[in-house]
Amino acid sequence: MKSKNPPEEPAHENNFLESSRRDFLKHSGLLTAIALTPAPLVSAAQKGFDEKIADLYEKVPVSLEVNGVKHQLSIEPRVTLLDLLREQLELTGTKKGCDHGQCGACTVHVDGHRVNSCLTLGVLVSGKKITTIEGLAKGDQLHPMQEAFIKHDGFQCGYCTPGQIMSAVACIREGHANSEHEIREYMSGNICRCGAYPNIVNAIQEVKEGGQPV
Amino acid sequence: MKQFQYSRPATQQAVIDAINKPGAKIIAGGTNLVDLMKRGVTAPDKLIDINHLPLKNIAPVKGGLHIGALALNSVVSENKLVVAQQPLLSMALKAGASPQLRNMATVGGNILQRTRCAYFYDTTMPCNKREPGSGCGAIGGYNRMHAIFGASDKCIAVHPSDMCVALVALDATVIVQSKKGTRRIPFADFHRLPGEHPDLDNNLAAGELILGVEIPDNNFAKNSYYLKIRDRQSYAFALVSVAASLELEGNTIKNARLAMGGVAHKPWRLVEAEKALIGKPVSAETFNIAAQIAIQGAKTYGGNDFKLKLAPATITEALKHASGLV
Repeated sequence: MKSKNPPEEPAHENNFLESSRRDFLKHSGLLTAIALTPAPLVSAAQKGFDEKIADLYEKVPVSLEVNGVKHQLSIEPRVTLLDLLREQLELTGTKKGCDHGQCGACTVHVDGHRVNSCLTLGVLVSGKKITTIEGLAKGDQLHPMQEAFIKHDGFQCGYCTPGQIMSAVACIREGHANSEHEIREYMSGNICRCGAYPNIVNAIQEVKEGGQPV
Repeated sequence: MKQFQYSRPATQQAVIDAINKPGAKIIAGGTNLVDLMKRGVTAPDKLIDINHLPLKNIAPVKGGLHIGALALNSVVSENKLVVAQQPLLSMALKAGASPQLRNMATVGGNILQRTRCAYFYDTTMPCNKREPGSGCGAIGGYNRMHAIFGASDKCIAVHPSDMCVALVALDATVIVQSKKGTRRIPFADFHRLPGEHPDLDNNLAAGELILGVEIPDNNFAKNSYYLKIRDRQSYAFALVSVAASLELEGNTIKNARLAMGGVAHKPWRLVEAEKALIGKPVSAETFNIAAQIAIQGAKTYGGNDFKLKLAPATITEALKHASGLV
């Protein structure tokens, strides 16, 4: 299950830096704690409690497949799938908008279902298959939905676009693109502050009516 | 986000042991909990992942339909049994959140979601629910979204769920398990009013795990409607929502269920208005009378005065849809 992704290469360095930082925090945190702590607790700490404190927050092993590439990672439990994709796998196509599940810019597919990656803890998707915007095109051949967004001008600033496209693909796959009304309802989790909605709807309708597999 | 321990106990029993410890919280979909943790509203020491437990089933049981606590909101809303037998629940679920969030959110998590009161979320503001004794920012503050029924001088927050409005109307039961065994809680008794302790959202005891809900069979499938009024057409919390189910015999209302969302600290069942419907003919007049009864005892706080008009109008409209008048 070794990763084939280029970002795997500098992982050793990252791990080294990460563990150094953690060791530093662990030790400096312990010194601060000892300075502020009553004597009985200090002696308890000296008996190895600090190791237990460090153990509490150990990283968790996570294996997942992103755009067909398998990864073995070790992450803090608080890391979201969004941050994992962007910061650790360097897949920055998935965007951080609100980071609170209100805008949809971070939409990815987990085992084929669209979710907000900003509210998904990385540890909860271990063993699952993730598809991001980088995983839609086949080499230089854009996905039909990407083509349609370009053709219909389905964006202005483009920041929400990766999330819009991931959602649009899911919208058709789920069978919820049968009318303008239905598309608007089932795309409501993706906010576009430029207001490209009419063109986004047109793009989705064209792909739906074109009947090509998405 | 504050660091925390993560664990995934192998069995249901091990989960129940694990959640009994202070500082431990269950995580399922995480759509509400992760948000609250990011904002520092809640900071558990330990998250207990229960996503692998076999609690996703949707199946008929004697006299009703059982829905597992881990069934996803999207799955429940499109389930054939639910759509055929309990369309009110399907409609309410589809009115909630976004497709992405519904793909993550579970039935158990939906029941346990916290209020979206802005003062609860903003850790720089007073909130008796988040920090007992600190005061209520919404009373005398921004309270457009807030309660008109059952509030206290400590808290006027509302429960944000749509699903729960349908479940209280349908007389559902919540099944929970703890070390002491299982117990069944009528849906109407699950959530609580704020009173002196708005920090407590519901009557789930420490160490209890929600296993699922059961909806008794009914004859409402043909005449049910969920109407949600919000500041935008989709993907927003309710200003007011209404779950309406009728059983008709010709033009006469044989049985009726009504509940409202966005108006109280719990999904708000309208028993007196239901009584005013039963035995009456399907007509706008019947519905208007019931709607006026429904809002008796309402109290507003300035920003939400409009709900005194919006709530009865929404009830009437929902009943018209449910009965087929429109």
